[in-house]
Amino acid sequence: MNDALSPDHLIIAPILIPLVAGAIMLFYNDQNRQTKLMMGLAAVALTFIASLELVADVKSVTEQGGTVVGLYPLGNWPVPIGIVLVLDRLSVMMVMLTALLAGPSLIYAAAGWHGKGQHYHSMFQFLLAGVNGAFLTGDLFNLFVFFEVMLAASYGLMLHGSGPERIRAGLHYIAINLAASLLFLIGVALIYGTTGTLNMADIGRALYWLDGTDRLLFHAAAGFLGLAFLIKAAVWPLCFWLPPTYAAASPPAAAIMAIMTKVGIYVILRLSLLVLGPDAGPSAGFGAPALMIAGVLTMAFGMIGILGTPELARKGGYLAIISSGTVLAAIGFAQAGGGPMMLGGALYYMVGSTAAISAFFLIAEPVSRGDQGSDTAQTPETEPDPLSESWAPMGLDTVEDVATPASTRTVSWLTMAVCFGLVAAMLAGLPPLPGFIGKFAILRGAVEDNLSHTGALPAILWVYAAMLILSGLGALIALMRFGIRRFWAEAGPTPRILALEVVPAVILLAMIALQTLRADALLSYTRATAVALLEPATYRDAVLKNAQDVRAAPVVNLAPEQPGNEVEVDP
Amino acid sequence: MEIILALAIGVLVGSGVWLMLRPRSYQVIVGLCLLAYGVNLFIFAMGRLYIGAAPIMPKGGFVDPTAYADPLPQSLVLTAIVISFATTALFLVVMIAARGATGTDHVDGKERGRDE
Repeated sequence: MNDALSPDHLIIAPILIPLVAGAIMLFYNDQNRQTKLMMGLAAVALTFIASLELVADVKSVTEQGGTVVGLYPLGNWPVPIGIVLVLDRLSVMMVMLTALLAGPSLIYAAAGWHGKGQHYHSMFQFLLAGVNGAFLTGDLFNLFVFFEVMLAASYGLMLHGSGPERIRAGLHYIAINLAASLLFLIGVALIYGTTGTLNMADIGRALYWLDGTDRLLFHAAAGFLGLAFLIKAAVWPLCFWLPPTYAAASPPAAAIMAIMTKVGIYVILRLSLLVLGPDAGPSAGFGAPALMIAGVLTMAFGMIGILGTPELARKGGYLAIISSGTVLAAIGFAQAGGGPMMLGGALYYMVGSTAAISAFFLIAEPVSRGDQGSDTAQTPETEPDPLSESWAPMGLDTVEDVATPASTRTVSWLTMAVCFGLVAAMLAGLPPLPGFIGKFAILRGAVEDNLSHTGALPAILWVYAAMLILSGLGALIALMRFGIRRFWAEAGPTPRILALEVVPAVILLAMIALQTLRADALLSYTRATAVALLEPATYRDAVLKNAQDVRAAPVVNLAPEQPGNEVEVDP
Repeated sequence: MEIILALAIGVLVGSGVWLMLRPRSYQVIVGLCLLAYGVNLFIFAMGRLYIGAAPIMPKGGFVDPTAYADPLPQSLVLTAIVISFATTALFLVVMIAARGATGTDHVDGKERGRDE
């Protein structure tokens, strides 16, 4: 579509729009929260339009047999040397999902949450810039930088609203992410040390030339990187930080942080299939058994967790863990040769479940408001904030908190109940919602692609299929038990629910409904994505089409015999 | 030189990990700092060790690249230092806030019983 001379500048738009919007907001006093809200919504809308355009590009190109749609060499450096942004089916899908989750979360924040601290909207936009950058970049170290942008913004969002509970959970969250970032760096350094490149596509190509010792070191690097991303994706036993953190974060922040576990999953999906995929020679399938087993165990852990915890927001955290485990195990199967159908189903499931988890975090707080039967009766907002006085004299140019919502329209308790029921049905995987369609597509792919000649399925697939159904059952029991108690059994006055708190959930539910109605289109898109992911050579050739492989060429003396160019080297 | 560098990385990472697993938030942040130093040295070592070789090639073209140190890990380290410094500073702020909010410097926000 584009020749190398005219890169499609739209590719960088999903990073630049939120970054610039967030930066411009910093020029305004934080009292103008309504203005900032409008700017934020405009930025999200622009990003969404850009992603729509990019999706259209992707579809038109991939119909002609290509995989990678666009390359955007930053600074116009030649490809394996400079940093490149790569747009393909998977990354544009994730960018679009991010924009779709960001809008409802911002609307929810207008119900008062954005007034409970400083610079909510700027941090929100920086988080989006980091997430989109992580999805679009094709360079490993650049990925680290975008990861840190995303994490730094998420620390601020997580602590937004303050209060002892948030600070305590935030302390753990920051510590574990700093440690994970260091693991990430070790992995990046080892990969550079063994392959001599940081371009993701080039790493796959360099892998071919590695000898025994270097290959072992490369596997160690893959292990370190995997560990770092599995912490982010919240895989058992690296997931204990997630439920308390997401439960302590303010609901709109938790709703957008639902996409952050998916960033970890995205990177694992990208790297494991691109670098350690079926054509990687002796490294093919490295880590696939770990992903399968860890994924299945994660689903089991999430199921036990959701049944065990009484607090609704924590249940949301365990739902995120179940969703992570489901997709990760499917990635492991795909890497081990499980076929594209299963992976396509898992990607479809991921889109729907992420939207549903985001909606769940948004309605968890209004639903448990004033709840007598659980710990959430003392929400942090009702406690006096011991920090507000100690912060004030520090001269941080702070603006006083305001909790007035942008609109005071209220809705009935029944609306809330219907939303809760629909989200719960989606997360439990009840037909006809995408949770069911996704799981069904995974199971169908698992059976169709993996039946051996004797008609037997591998044992781990049986376990996975059982966990897929059991985890849905666990979520159903836990959420139904909560819903019956909360909506039917409890007498007394119902809490006041603002329309602004329900509208975002309704938007997300509309998205889920659309995903149900247009399931065929989306499933065929995700299946084509899975097929493309399982052909890493196409991706590599597209990214490196103008890049010569120096490793394949014989070593030539680069220093020509010109005395004028000789340079003295200090002894 | 290899031995010295390897020992330095090992000692930094070892003490960093030990400190990070301690229950006091001050120990955790010192541990994270040491760990970051160890990792930075490690990134630096991944460009291979050169003695007396400049990482920047002079203007004017073609020289023998083997006589020069690899500049990329040095720039990676620079980025990593800045990022880890900034995030550690942020962590410090949260740590102080946690000390103020909970009244203890235990990472869980409450002291454990004496018998443990």
